[in-house]
Amino acid sequence: MSVTVAAILVLALTLYACTGIADYGAGFWDLTAGGRDRGRLPRSLIDNAVTPVWEANHVWLIYVLVLCWTGFGSTFASVMSTLYIPLALALLGIVLRAAGFAMSKDAARARMRHLAGWLFGVGSFLTPFCLGTAVGAVLTGRIPVGNAAGDEITSWLNPSSILAGLLTVAVGAYVSAVYLLAEAHRHGTAALHGYFRFRARAAGVTGLLLGLGLLLALHVDERQMFDRVVQRGWPLLLLSLALLAGSFRLAAGVRVWRMRLVAAGGIAALVGAWAVAQYPYLLPFSLTVQDGAAGPATLRWLLIWFVGALVLVVPALILLFWLDQKGELGEDPATSRIPAQGGSVQEGSSVQEGSVQEGSAQA
Amino acid sequence: MNADLLAAPAQLLPAREQMALTLMFHIVFVPFGIALPTMMLIANYKGLKRNDTVALTLARRWSHAAGLTFAVGAASGTVLSFEMGLLWPGLTGKFGEVFGLPFAIEGVLFFLEAILVAIYIYGWRRLKPWTHFWLGMPIPFVAIGGAFSIISANAWMNMPAGFTIDANGQITDVDPIGAIFNKALPYEFGHFLVAAYMAAAFAVASIYVVGWLKGRRDRYHRLGILIPLTIATVLTPVQFVVGDLTAVAVFKDQPAKFAAMEVVTESGTHQPEVLFGRYDSATNTVEGGLSVPGLNSWLAGGSVDTYVPGLDQVPPENRPSNVTIVHWAFDIMVGVGTVLLLLAFWFFVAYWRRRDVPDNRVFLWFAASAGVLTYIAVEAGWIVTEVGRQPWIVYNIMRTEEAVTNTDAGTLWISFSLIALLYLSLAIGTITVLRAMSRRWRRSDQTDDELAVYGPRPSIEEVSS
Repeated sequence: MSVTVAAILVLALTLYACTGIADYGAGFWDLTAGGRDRGRLPRSLIDNAVTPVWEANHVWLIYVLVLCWTGFGSTFASVMSTLYIPLALALLGIVLRAAGFAMSKDAARARMRHLAGWLFGVGSFLTPFCLGTAVGAVLTGRIPVGNAAGDEITSWLNPSSILAGLLTVAVGAYVSAVYLLAEAHRHGTAALHGYFRFRARAAGVTGLLLGLGLLLALHVDERQMFDRVVQRGWPLLLLSLALLAGSFRLAAGVRVWRMRLVAAGGIAALVGAWAVAQYPYLLPFSLTVQDGAAGPATLRWLLIWFVGALVLVVPALILLFWLDQKGELGEDPATSRIPAQGGSVQEGSSVQEGSVQEGSAQA
Repeated sequence: MNADLLAAPAQLLPAREQMALTLMFHIVFVPFGIALPTMMLIANYKGLKRNDTVALTLARRWSHAAGLTFAVGAASGTVLSFEMGLLWPGLTGKFGEVFGLPFAIEGVLFFLEAILVAIYIYGWRRLKPWTHFWLGMPIPFVAIGGAFSIISANAWMNMPAGFTIDANGQITDVDPIGAIFNKALPYEFGHFLVAAYMAAAFAVASIYVVGWLKGRRDRYHRLGILIPLTIATVLTPVQFVVGDLTAVAVFKDQPAKFAAMEVVTESGTHQPEVLFGRYDSATNTVEGGLSVPGLNSWLAGGSVDTYVPGLDQVPPENRPSNVTIVHWAFDIMVGVGTVLLLLAFWFFVAYWRRRDVPDNRVFLWFAASAGVLTYIAVEAGWIVTEVGRQPWIVYNIMRTEEAVTNTDAGTLWISFSLIALLYLSLAIGTITVLRAMSRRWRRSDQTDDELAVYGPRPSIEEVSS
């Protein structure tokens, strides 16, 4: 039973990586989109793509946290107390991002909006990076069981953890570039097609190099974990590579949904490789899933509630994404700040059309 | 600062301060998350039923405010779930399996709410009107379910249940369902749910009353006052009954908290009701304050002969660490509640006679300040529950200093300062945005576009003309 709950935890983490981390990637592209004029078009697409869904995507993280402290309380306590600094910084990023979001929604003045954009962007880098270093710290066996029993600094400030953090940022950036490519396609903004294809390529190559770097660092740092990753995780690593490469090839085509699903599959395989390498340990190499799990009654109820959650959330989530992709959801013209598309707006992209005016009037 | 706080680990104070700050911030957004969807759906229903564009405009604007407060609430709620581990690993590490399930339930319900709210907010223009309304319909129920879960976890900290501790101090026989339905749940949940609806309703009404006072006496403002004020008027008397039941239950379940709330120093019958005053923990006496003989005993047990245990029965190290704060918070909460009851009664009588927003300026000023007043009561009530439970994080089982992280106190002070700064800017940002929203709404009141709530989006030419 404890293994099933751990599997659910991995599933929730995967979904967070495919959605929430990708939203941070979008924030990263927002941050690097350039000056006010140059960045207007990509920013409007990012804003339009992320706004209706980011909150739902973000909740996976909360679910991971509560699942962790309910199902694996002592692990949660050990990780949170030893990794206080990076996790508090990740939290800082989450709040900064929310502040940026709250401010940008109706910020009337350009300077305010500029600041909001910065908060949004900085938060978008900080959070995935810090969460990644935390994963790196667990992976390299730097978290002993106990209340702040590990080293507060070196547990996450080491080559392996930092590479894991950067890899998380790169993965988010890659996936979001692929998603945004699909969005650009859906909205018929041809100008952004090449723009995000280039960024997807750049992030993909960077991610690949960082992944190799992480493996190398792991080889030096924690040989036992390296062996596990390579010996047990290789099919998943290869699958991940194949899917991510495939998603990139599909990006040239028109099959928007398939492209996104394949990219998400690549991320899922990557998370899976980590999970498989670490199994049966929760905290390598001192605490196993079985030993660290809550009592049977709690695990049973967590599983029952997981089924309940599926029944409640999945239909709603499908409805949200379906309505979103059908173009049924969109900003009010009165509250939106999406600027004009020039002449490139096609039939069916009225979500943007209707909201064009306000933004350009204020800019 | 009293003796036991000095003996506590150095990281306890910054941890408690940070938790208090983030909780008190988060709780501002909770009532809106719970009650604003109800108000917007009432307005939406009214609008659709009577083809009333003013009501529909109200509903749509409330949905935008709900979306914003929901987003800020989501972020500050995330902070809290991180802090459960960052600040209190001793609690989650040991008792996570006992009281974690309601958090898992809340996580999923919150997820559902986020999805439905997104569909509702972004669905105004293009979904069919009644489809849109029905998609919004589950939101209030999901929100109430979420509040139920969180309050259940908090009630568990006050009345722990659903486990036993064996001879070695290990937790056994965990029963998560028993933990959820603990003894404190019914009254804590009832008290908080009504408080949340009251707070959001009075707050929303007071915004439109301010507009009314400034002479904007149109149908839009009239509805904006009448819908929430009716809800508040119905609920305020209910809260008096529920609040009284809650106090009596705390008297039975947590005598030390009750003694701190009512600042009872010496046990006995014929206890006076002391209003305000200052508690001296060194001598266990009260200085100053207004004393009403026998009232406290009468309120607790229905007779002046009711025996009320005082703080003298609690060993000094187990007494709530800030009795004066708890007592003042309790008096403020009850005082504000009484004032709001008067307001509700006034509105009821006045509306009965004129079928309109009362014209009396004293009433209007009173109603305009009700939003702030009710929030003061909510914060005070939260202080009573949380500070009153100290020094226990799990009542009579785990002390707060046993739960706190071993992270260096200096690190905690830095993170507390950062969080405080950040929350200040978040608060300023939120208020700025809400004000900008209302200014923009007022500007667009002069145009017809805003009144076309449903239907296709206006084209670029229409908007720009």
